Amino acid sequence: MSFLELRGVEKQFGDVKTIKGVDLSIARGQFTVFVGPSGCGKSTLLRLIAGLETLTAGSIHLDGRDITRLPSAQRDLAMVFQSYALYPHMSVADNMSFALRLAKADPAVIKKKVDRAAEILNLGPYLHRLPRELSGGQRQRVAIGRAIVREPKVFLFDEPLSNLDAALRGQTRVEIAKLHRELGATTIYVTHDQVEAMTLADQVVVLRDGAIEQVGSPLDLYDRPANRFVAQFIGTPQMNVVDRGELPAAAGGVVGAAFVGIRPEDLHLKPAGQGQIGAKVELVEALGAETLIYLNTPRGAQIVLRQNERTALAAGDDVGIDVALDHLHWFDQNGKLIAAAH
Amino acid sequence: MDLTSPTGVKIVLWVRTIAAWLVALLIFFPILFMLVTSFKTELQAIAVPSIWIFTPTLDNFTHVQERSDYLLYARNSLITSVVSTVVGLIIAAPAAYSMAYFPGKRTKDILMWMLSTKMMPAVGALVPVYVMAQTTHLLDTTFALIVVFMLSNLPLMVWMLYSHFKEIPPEILEAARMDGASLLTEFRHVILPLAMGGIASTGLLCLVLAWNEAFWSLNLTAANAGTLAALIASYSSPEGLFWSKLSAASVLAIAPIVVFGWFSQKQLVQGLTFGAVK
Repeated sequence: MSFLELRGVEKQFGDVKTIKGVDLSIARGQFTVFVGPSGCGKSTLLRLIAGLETLTAGSIHLDGRDITRLPSAQRDLAMVFQSYALYPHMSVADNMSFALRLAKADPAVIKKKVDRAAEILNLGPYLHRLPRELSGGQRQRVAIGRAIVREPKVFLFDEPLSNLDAALRGQTRVEIAKLHRELGATTIYVTHDQVEAMTLADQVVVLRDGAIEQVGSPLDLYDRPANRFVAQFIGTPQMNVVDRGELPAAAGGVVGAAFVGIRPEDLHLKPAGQGQIGAKVELVEALGAETLIYLNTPRGAQIVLRQNERTALAAGDDVGIDVALDHLHWFDQNGKLIAAAH
Repeated sequence: MDLTSPTGVKIVLWVRTIAAWLVALLIFFPILFMLVTSFKTELQAIAVPSIWIFTPTLDNFTHVQERSDYLLYARNSLITSVVSTVVGLIIAAPAAYSMAYFPGKRTKDILMWMLSTKMMPAVGALVPVYVMAQTTHLLDTTFALIVVFMLSNLPLMVWMLYSHFKEIPPEILEAARMDGASLLTEFRHVILPLAMGGIASTGLLCLVLAWNEAFWSLNLTAANAGTLAALIASYSSPEGLFWSKLSAASVLAIAPIVVFGWFSQKQLVQGLTFGAVK
């Protein structure tokens, strides 16, 4: 049964429709990630759920209650902002307890909850500091702590890691995943980073131009992308999508297919003259654990191949390529999936 | 000569310091002259060239207090400036808040229009304002002055508060809303503490402006509601020129605000450079 439900949600700013009719259902305890390129409307959708923007059309239901017209304060949601948005004049403890103090909770209960959140987030020694005396990572944790103490029905995260450096980002990502496992709270998380989406989500919602492209589990999206956009958005390096004529007729095909998608790991190197197609090496990226080889086919398509083995190939070398024919994705003229492998 | 060498830097510093002192003295000179004159006898005051060494006398100050009730005027100044500032802030803050956080298509135009009202010379509105005060029997009351001071400072207050509120990131207010804050709690617990410096400097500036206001005090008041500005004016023409008594009255009139300004100069400077340095 769905816990949070969006029905025909639309949002228009002036003449521009940024959210074009979104229907979505989120189960209790689920970790849902909204992902998409910048400007796709993912943050707007989150702000609509939070009540920080008003809907132009549609409705939002939480736990059986219509919250479409409720002010943010009454929705029982907590949000972690990209800029943390801590209260600069309040100590860490006061930041975290603000909501409970407004709700006139028992001071003993407040203290207990704040202490517990501080313990979970390793903020104990900093409770009396002001936000400006903390590092970026610590501020981030205070922002999360402020959400935790409220025990809201849904946690909303708006690109919470984008202000952190790469190392801290990876670390905090793991912490958020752990936190979700411990608290089991329903969570909606907005990011433009598909790695965050893949690693954190139970359910990924891929958005483009204010509409949902596909909803599914991370591996679902990876293995069975509904269209070219999702296919190329999920996975690094992105899926090779080439004209179907790039493959020999013997590779088979599907009626109506115009393009074929091949994941970089479904291509295998062969000596020149062997394999289904020939290609010329353009660039080799040796990353240690894996090697990316960028290739040009005789018909001019650019493709990338990934393998775990290292290689002595150099730019300009001729190679042959074997394609894992049972792992192909077939798309029609409009980029819609016709048939997937697996 | 190399001005980047240690001696060169020293010389530049000296030249700059002396120049700054000269400019400061030039600006301060009229006030200094007034202060000195207030301790002279009338004969010494009109002597040409000016006398700088004399036996100071407090007669002028006694005379001012005897002829007119200084404390009454001071009280009027205090009441009109403080009340007009406080009421103005109470009206300006919500206006600035809505313009800063919920701007509409015409917000910028409204702000410009408000500022444009300050471009009209006050005398342009003298007749209507005077007639209104007269028909409502408010001539020579502090109430009339409070209303006029408040209204004439209101555009400035809204502008300054608007700029100060603009510096608070909107996400912080959104966070407060998510935390369950109503409009009033948000204002009291988040905006007010964060914008306190700005609100204080706005208030201080308007207090000084209202205290120094002369045009409306002269035209709308007489014996009852006159402010210190009116007191000074009363020493100028009718009895001929009594320089030292005029100076004594002026010194008494500006003394409170000068002392006040001295203590709050940091806030005042911050308020005047709002938005520019941060």
